Amino acid sequence: MQLISVISLTFIPLLIGFILLYGTFKQVPTYESFVEGGKEGIKIAVSIIPFLVGMMVAISIFRASGALDALMNWIRPLMNSLSVPAEIVPLLIIRPISGTAALGMTSDLIAVHHPDSFIGRLASVLQGSTDTTFYVLTVYFGAVGIKKMGDALKVGLLADLVGIVAAIVVVALVFGTK
Amino acid sequence: MVNYIWAFLAIVGIIFGLFNGTMEEVNKAIFDGAKEAVTLCIGLISVLVFWLGMMRIAEESGLLERLSKLFRPLVKIIFPEVPTNHPAMGYILSNMISNMFGLGNAATPLGIKAMEELKKLNGGKNSASRSMVTFLAINTASITIIPTTVIAIRMNYNSASPTEIVVPTIIATIISAIGAILIDRYFYYRRSRKG
Repeated sequence: MQLISVISLTFIPLLIGFILLYGTFKQVPTYESFVEGGKEGIKIAVSIIPFLVGMMVAISIFRASGALDALMNWIRPLMNSLSVPAEIVPLLIIRPISGTAALGMTSDLIAVHHPDSFIGRLASVLQGSTDTTFYVLTVYFGAVGIKKMGDALKVGLLADLVGIVAAIVVVALVFGTK
Repeated sequence: MVNYIWAFLAIVGIIFGLFNGTMEEVNKAIFDGAKEAVTLCIGLISVLVFWLGMMRIAEESGLLERLSKLFRPLVKIIFPEVPTNHPAMGYILSNMISNMFGLGNAATPLGIKAMEELKKLNGGKNSASRSMVTFLAINTASITIIPTTVIAIRMNYNSASPTEIVVPTIIATIISAIGAILIDRYFYYRRSRKG
């Protein structure tokens, strides 16, 4: 498991080095391309501000009022028997529905429970390894006018479930459940 | 649906606060939550700018295209009904590669193009073909190599090792992608048995 941490740590610097080496070799104006691409990053970061403000305010209200604690106490026995932390449940519900809403919840979980806790790591892996099924379905089928979706929704949601179970098991095995 | 969940969280919180005597905390939460979200987005700028900058280099040097050639045999197994040289194949591959590198904004238009081509292959019908369902399943499983945003959030909240979740994320994402393909196959064979 130590090995996984080492690979995680060296993977990004190596990838960056490789991209730069390959770009230089292919005579791409690396610095200028970098700056052009980077401009898009600012646009994206700014454009998600309203989504995050909306979601994080709603969650903050829900938590500060004590409603979240009440909900957690209610579902905790069931979730404990499945060895899933109850705190993760709202994220699991919203993940297939809205990507930005899920991003807000993930940020909140990481902020409240610390990024290096079981819940913080689990939220991180969940956010990274699953996608917004309903959004993908609506956008892709909507754009080309598909009305009969067949088994697409069922398949998508079942795949989400597999992703959730996989994330829980992998995080528990690699980092433990503390 | 998001609209209901979002409003539900806030309304229930306010009503609960009213009866629970936590109105002072709720009041504070409104402004703290908003401030927190903006601070977080500003923290995200650094990583997003850097990563999208690097990806632009990868794109212009032809690295992404090379990668998609590498994955072609694999994609042919997943989409047996798409002819090898059909434009749909190219769009499916570019969409998957963009998703892998966290280029969501580039992935969506490519995905829509792929769908258009798949619809042509299906004779322009308004029902989803086998390949379309498979394509959606893979997209919802979201194959990620670098979860950029998550790393930025972890940095923002002082993780001792923001990138330690990279390999676990890749493992989880591969399992869920394989799961998606198997579930898709299962439903396909069930459909074809029924006729």
